[in-house]
Amino acid sequence: MYTQAMDTLRDEGGDKPALRTAEEAQLQQRFDNRIDAGDFIEAKDWMPENYRKTLLRQISQHAHSEIVGMLPEGNWITRAPTLKRKSILLAKVQDEGGHGLYLYAAAETLGTSRDQMLDALHTGKAKYSSIFNYPTLTWADVGAIGWLVDGAAIMNQVPICRCSFAPYARAMVRICREESFHQRQGFDSLLVMVKQGTDAQRAMVQEAVNRWWWPCLMMFGPPDDQSPNSAQGMRWGIKRVSNDTLRQKFVDAAVQQAEVLGVTFPDPDLRWNEESQHWDYGAIDWSEFWRVVGGDGPCNRERLAARVKAWEDGEWVREAALAHARKSDLKEAA
Amino acid sequence: MTTNTEWPLWEVFVRTKAGLDHKHCGSLHAADPKMAVQMARDVYTRRQEGSSVWVVRSDQIVASDPSDKDMYFDPAEDKVYRHPTFYKLPGSVDHM
Repeated sequence: MYTQAMDTLRDEGGDKPALRTAEEAQLQQRFDNRIDAGDFIEAKDWMPENYRKTLLRQISQHAHSEIVGMLPEGNWITRAPTLKRKSILLAKVQDEGGHGLYLYAAAETLGTSRDQMLDALHTGKAKYSSIFNYPTLTWADVGAIGWLVDGAAIMNQVPICRCSFAPYARAMVRICREESFHQRQGFDSLLVMVKQGTDAQRAMVQEAVNRWWWPCLMMFGPPDDQSPNSAQGMRWGIKRVSNDTLRQKFVDAAVQQAEVLGVTFPDPDLRWNEESQHWDYGAIDWSEFWRVVGGDGPCNRERLAARVKAWEDGEWVREAALAHARKSDLKEAA
Repeated sequence: MTTNTEWPLWEVFVRTKAGLDHKHCGSLHAADPKMAVQMARDVYTRRQEGSSVWVVRSDQIVASDPSDKDMYFDPAEDKVYRHPTFYKLPGSVDHM
């Protein structure tokens, strides 16, 4: 899963102003040189304050997306059609939880606590990918998420494996290695439905694809000409490939895959462009994107409420575990 | 809002298979050592990546100072004679 390019939404003002001392200017120069040389930055190395803030926001939002992303699919674990599909779905949802944990750990190296990040999520201060605010109405939605949502996520995440901040890059390498199974199991599940299913089941697949197509294109974030801070992200080696480039790559790959499934995408303007050698696609409804990011998607309230409830219901367990640990320490000391 | 109810942080080291060394692979929060080992297995070895796991409280690790990095590791830089390639030997014995 992936957190979309929301890190580019707020103006961080770059890292130019307010260099107070000559020593700091020298540190900045050394940092810039290392970025230019393609070096990795480790957590304890000196870094500009805005680099730290930007990364902290991006990595924590990415982590939140993994955790909230467990909910739409988790919705179907008890109702998976076969034991095989249930095992696969359990493994996938467990992976998403694991990915969230790798990313929280990477963010913590930047000097924030897990509790702070969770508090930001639960109070609505931190965002997560808007894709998870859409519902999973039928079993076909689960397959469509694997194929399209995870497919888009992989496109987005592979370049982050080369992110200049090493703890983030290392987490992404691990995540990308595991993610490919997510997309393949989704496609496989839809393939079974269209090849061995009834007409009603084939229609179910098409309807799910219709629901997820446009939100998936939005996952890549606003168009390049409306992403004013992308240049700073590129300069810092946090962002490697532009939103529109990744989106195009995703569309080109998805069209071919859709042919194999025998489904179509709900876009009358989708056509091959001989000149550019890419698939042209229609206009994206960015007002919907901003509405969902802003909190007014189909499931925003439900998702956040589920996270807050899990946190609050788990409070006594967290406390009891700590109390048990303290008691065991005392017993050992005695 | 760092609270004293947050579980402590642990660093996780995994041996991928017998004969190899343990390698740092990440960190996690756990209330006690037993839980830390179990969670390390669940979080970092879901695909048979490990045959052994170590966990160490993060606050127990002593590290070199990253700002001294260049100075601290410099002394070895000019000691090229510590490497076998420093010695040019006749071709007939160069495989030693």
